[in-house]
Amino acid sequence: MENLLSIKDLVVKFYTYEGVVEAIDGANIDLKAGETLGLVGETGCGKSVTSLSVLVLVPPPGKIEGGRAILKTKGRSFDLLSQGDSFLRGIRGEEISMIFQDPRSALNPVYTVKDQVGEVFLHHRLKELCERVLDGIEKDLSKGNSLKNFIYRLERKIYRTMLKNPKSFPLKILSRIPLVKWYQRRLMNEVKKEVVRILGLMKIPDPERVAEMYPHELSGGMAQRVVIAMALGCNPELLIADEPTTNLDVTVQAQILELIRELKGKFESSVLYITHDLGVVAELCDRVAVMYAGNICELANVMEIFKNPLHPYTQALLESIPRPGKEFRTIEGEVPSLINPPQGCRFNPRCPKATELCLQRKPVLTELENDHFVACHLYAGNL
Amino acid sequence: MGPAVKELKFILSRVEQSPLSVAGIAIIVFYIALALLAPVLAPPPYGDPYMIPHERWFPTPQPPSSKHPFGTAEGQLDIYYGVVWGTRTAFRIGIWVVAVSLAIGLITGTISGYYGGVIDEVMMRFTDIIFAFPALILCMAVVAALGPGLDNVLLALVLVGWPFYTRLIRGEILRVKQEDYVEAAKAVGCSDLRVLVRHILPNSIYPVLIVATLDIGAVVLTAAALSFLGLGAPTGYADWGQMINYSQNWIWSAAGNPWQYWYVFIIPGLFIFTFVLGWNLLGDALRDVLDPTLRRR
Amino acid sequence: MSLIRRESLMSAFIQTKELKKYFPVTGGVFRKKVGDVRAVDKVSLGIDKGECFGLVGESGCGKTTFGKTVIRILKPTAGHIYCDAPSDKMEEITKLENSSQSSHELKKLRKQYDLAIFGGRKLKHVRRRMQIVYQDPTTSLNPRMLVKDIVGEPLAVQKIAKGAERRRRVIEMLNMVGLTERHLYRYPHEFSGGQRQRIAIARALVTRPDFVVLDEPTSSVDVSVRAQLLKLFQKLQSDLDLTYLFVSHDLSVVECISDRVAVMYLGKVVEMAQTAELYREPLHPYAQALFSSIPIPDPARRRRRAPLKGEVPSPVNPPPGCRFNPRCDKAVEICRREEPDLVDVGNRHFVACHLLRG
Repeated sequence: MENLLSIKDLVVKFYTYEGVVEAIDGANIDLKAGETLGLVGETGCGKSVTSLSVLVLVPPPGKIEGGRAILKTKGRSFDLLSQGDSFLRGIRGEEISMIFQDPRSALNPVYTVKDQVGEVFLHHRLKELCERVLDGIEKDLSKGNSLKNFIYRLERKIYRTMLKNPKSFPLKILSRIPLVKWYQRRLMNEVKKEVVRILGLMKIPDPERVAEMYPHELSGGMAQRVVIAMALGCNPELLIADEPTTNLDVTVQAQILELIRELKGKFESSVLYITHDLGVVAELCDRVAVMYAGNICELANVMEIFKNPLHPYTQALLESIPRPGKEFRTIEGEVPSLINPPQGCRFNPRCPKATELCLQRKPVLTELENDHFVACHLYAGNL
Repeated sequence: MGPAVKELKFILSRVEQSPLSVAGIAIIVFYIALALLAPVLAPPPYGDPYMIPHERWFPTPQPPSSKHPFGTAEGQLDIYYGVVWGTRTAFRIGIWVVAVSLAIGLITGTISGYYGGVIDEVMMRFTDIIFAFPALILCMAVVAALGPGLDNVLLALVLVGWPFYTRLIRGEILRVKQEDYVEAAKAVGCSDLRVLVRHILPNSIYPVLIVATLDIGAVVLTAAALSFLGLGAPTGYADWGQMINYSQNWIWSAAGNPWQYWYVFIIPGLFIFTFVLGWNLLGDALRDVLDPTLRRR
Repeated sequence: MSLIRRESLMSAFIQTKELKKYFPVTGGVFRKKVGDVRAVDKVSLGIDKGECFGLVGESGCGKTTFGKTVIRILKPTAGHIYCDAPSDKMEEITKLENSSQSSHELKKLRKQYDLAIFGGRKLKHVRRRMQIVYQDPTTSLNPRMLVKDIVGEPLAVQKIAKGAERRRRVIEMLNMVGLTERHLYRYPHEFSGGQRQRIAIARALVTRPDFVVLDEPTSSVDVSVRAQLLKLFQKLQSDLDLTYLFVSHDLSVVECISDRVAVMYLGKVVEMAQTAELYREPLHPYAQALFSSIPIPDPARRRRRAPLKGEVPSPVNPPPGCRFNPRCDKAVEICRREEPDLVDVGNRHFVACHLLRG
């Protein structure tokens, strides 16, 4: 299978008052087309920053200092980290979409659902919508009387200009004049139809009514579906989901996971699913990447990871899942501060199998067996 | 006291980073020094130091000279003396009014915010009444009723100013009141008073203090306006607003040269302006430093 | 009347009877009461001494409200909370309650043991015996207080210790939760999430309470810290002879630490049993749906059960009859009319469902 997204040697640093936080130190991830890749790790390990880096949305004082994020789409490859702003804006929402943890803060409280989901369509699918509007105008022209036809012809002219040059100056002015703005209703009708369609795909009951609601009227699960609708509106190739179900109840989480499974099939997108919940990973993902303190420790097929974890951190993580009747196993120590990360392998202070080499040199993510990558000196001999 | 020292260092470093903050602090420090050194810089020749000395009586203001560094105003009042001692007056006005308004607002706002219910409703109606009037007009009305004089101006300013603090503190208390640690304190058995003093107030007071520093400048400005209208300090008193009032006739006066007597109003005006500016910058600096959401820890 | 029919009320350390907590909903210009949020609606539960009782349910089911009402952080709207009443007195109370005559005896007993009507000094005195650990340690610690004051405050307020003795106890408590003396003079924001939760635990336990409500104590911390905290809870329970009410929406955590578990939905308990039995074979349709929604960390056992339809209705206007009936695919006529009682179906396994009676 082709690699849809390849992140190579990503380096991200945060310049804070207390010092330079080396958030990500050479991360390598490969995401294949059509698969669901789970990115697992604890708070502070850098998984959110990794996903933000793909879209070049890392907030200051963070800076992407190195590495490449190669996206293969429409037959060409681009390194996202070296592209300009307008190119990236074209990609965001169109080829790559992102959904976040808290649906309430992802939705703007003063705009209705229709406005927010519609915004995605207006930005990326304007031509299509204009063409549909023009078709509608043609139909009206054939039926209307002379007065109405005059108005329709005017509208047709406006929409043809919009089709050719949406950013034209006269259009900008027209769109601000109060009464004249009325021509936009056709466009908004088309937008609403699209919004209702996609809300229906999200299994939201009564999408017509929900489209007119404000975010505060929605429950958590509903709000998250709306956010997913916004993300999938333009049929992106890659959906990045940053802990989308962490804040939701467990039954709602089950609903959303089922939804994501279905949509993945329908839309044929790949999903990068970030979470700290290993149960969700087991339910949803095809492959899993385990991240610790800014490095990828292990990357393998989901069955492999659970049956045969190789990296000591992965092993410890799986051991620490609370199981009834068994004693709680903890991982010794704490996540290190990334301002002065440990030398060599960043896990070595807590690793029960650490060796001399681990304190000196940083292990590189290498392929061991069949598509099972590990970054650990213990397996260096097996290459 | 390790943690307190660390806090202080962090605060200082944040302040250093913003030149405006440094400017604000510098201005205020300058004025404090000026106020403290008034007897040294402009020794009072006789009687009440706040009455500006004048040797002669003619009405025309004299330009700056070696004897009168900033010139003289009408009636030969020494402008230099006036602005130097005026600093003390400004501080007196600003700090006194803000402190008293703050104290009243603290008590009423805390009771209102913490207990809610009928007390809160009634208190809010009181504040509504006062807010209904434009501040300056209300001040004027009060001073007109009580009679002119600096003390009455201060009283009027307090009367107009306290509801603002009440509302502010009440808002903060409403926010803090529902935090978990307040509930936890009550769960341990803390009395209301203890909860207020140890838990709620320390966490709600900071925005209020910031506003208070900004307010010092505003109060001085309002007091100056009232003096300009003739409702403040008596003629010849060392008060910047008073000095501008007294210079009314000489602003844009001479036919050919409107700036002829510039020193009469520009100099006191400049002092007022920079004083208020200093407090504004200081207030901004405090907010930048103390606002937890802007911190990057 | 939903009284639990139990073989023995004897060992219950905390026994609630028909506990209600309603929050008024106001509307209109004059803020008249237009309804109630029925957060806790006639819950009768018994928690044994020394056990860890798990209370699970989704957001809005009332479990947190229940926990806070039991230890009188919130004042109950109705109902009774009997704490540490000797078994013979409890028997007497139950007998008097059942006999439906309002009696002077009953009133006297309640005055002595019913937490719900305590006030003033009596309440303050009993507070040292029941404490709470909150979910989010960032908001449950006063950011402007030093650790030594945070942990020492209960001792001060309850007048248990002063000066050097207080300091000694604070240090002792910090050591028990895994912190040291040098943490005394620091502010909460200087610690990690797990450490802050430990400070909160120290604060809760410093008065040596008997009963601790743990309100989602591991939900805001990392997975690896979670295990550390759970281990700590177990150790403290045995060292200090504590009784826990473990409120959580994380079913897998509750499974590992609780002896018995109750499932709440919209303010009512729908099922209650020994942990192993409940998780192995839940009987109530909601409990079944709930447990089958937990993602299992084992890809070989992926579930493809259809998830529960719909969403939790608002507790202001709960559906008539059994509250779960709109979403229950086994609902029958009686479910829409009558609320089911909580009934013992054997081995102290209680279910509130019409389909499981007789």
